[in-house]
Amino acid sequence: MSDLDDLDRSILNRLQDDLPLVSAPFAVLANEMRIDQDTLLARVQRLKDDGFITRFGPFFDAAAMGGAFCLCAMAVPEEDFETVLTKVNAHGEVAHNYQRSHRLNMWFVLATETPEGITETADAIELETGLQVLRFPKLQEFFVGFRVAA
Amino acid sequence: MTPDITERQIIQALQGGLPLVRAPYAAIATDLGLTEPALLDRLADMKARGVIRRIAAAPNHYKLGMVFNGMTVWDVADGRIAAQGAQIGALPYVTHCYERPRALPDWPYNLFAMVHGATHDEVEEKRGRIAAILGAECRSSDILYSTRILKKTGLRLNSRK
Repeated sequence: MSDLDDLDRSILNRLQDDLPLVSAPFAVLANEMRIDQDTLLARVQRLKDDGFITRFGPFFDAAAMGGAFCLCAMAVPEEDFETVLTKVNAHGEVAHNYQRSHRLNMWFVLATETPEGITETADAIELETGLQVLRFPKLQEFFVGFRVAA
Repeated sequence: MTPDITERQIIQALQGGLPLVRAPYAAIATDLGLTEPALLDRLADMKARGVIRRIAAAPNHYKLGMVFNGMTVWDVADGRIAAQGAQIGALPYVTHCYERPRALPDWPYNLFAMVHGATHDEVEEKRGRIAAILGAECRSSDILYSTRILKKTGLRLNSRK
C-alpha cells in the first residue's frame, strides 16, 4: 500500500511473528530492529489506528478456551438468501459468515460454549430455514506461518 | 495474597488485545489485581500448554491489498492427508489449512486451504501451485471465492461463569 513506508512494512512483517513473553516486549523488538522503542510504539499505534492491524495480542487456541467451533455450509436458494441470512445471523453463536461462489453459498462458523451447542444451534437453523446445515468440524489443523507480506 | 484469577478471566482481559505501551502486561495485571510477574507466569504456562498459540498482530488482509480470498478444497486420500496437509499448510501464501470431514456425495473434499491475493489471477496462480504439489494424489478440487462478508464479530467468550 502506498501509505506504508519500508519501516512500517518491516514492523508489520515482524509483528506477525511470535513476540517474546516478557515485561517489555516492544523494547526487545525495537532493539532487534535498531529503532527507538517510542518510535516503534507510535508506528504500531498508527498501523492499528489506520486499520492495517486488526488486533495485537495473544492468539488463543479456540478449543483450549473450552469452546467448540464448527464450519458450516448451506445451499441457499438465491431468492431466499436475505431471509435465510437474517435467520442465521440472528444466532449469537454465528461468529462469522461469508457468501461464497458455489452451490453451497453460505459458509459460517459456529462458536459455542459446549460441543453440544454446535448440534443444538445447527439443528435450530435447519428447523427455522428448512435447509440442511452441512457441518465441517476441523479434524486436524496444519501449521501455517500466518504471514501476509506487507 | 494472590487472588484466584481463573484462566477464563485472563483470556477475557486479553481478548481485546494488548495495550500498546512499554509495559503492556503490567497494565493488564493491574486490571486483574495480579502482579506483573504472576501474570507473566500464568501466560507462560498457558503458552506451554498451547492455550496461547502466539503473541502477534492480526493483519487486515483487505487493507494490505489482499482483497481476493479463495477457499481451495481438495480430495486427498485419508492415508496421505497428514503429510500433504503439513506440506500445503507450510506454504507462505496459505493462511489456514485444515482437514475436515467430507459430506458425500455432494462434497468430496477433505483438505481446506485458504489462499489470499491482490488479484483473482494471483489466487488462481497460487491454487495452481498447490495443485502441482498435490499432483495425481488429489482426486478432485474446487475453489470458493468469498463474494460478501455477511457477518464478522470475532470469537468472544461470554462473561458468564
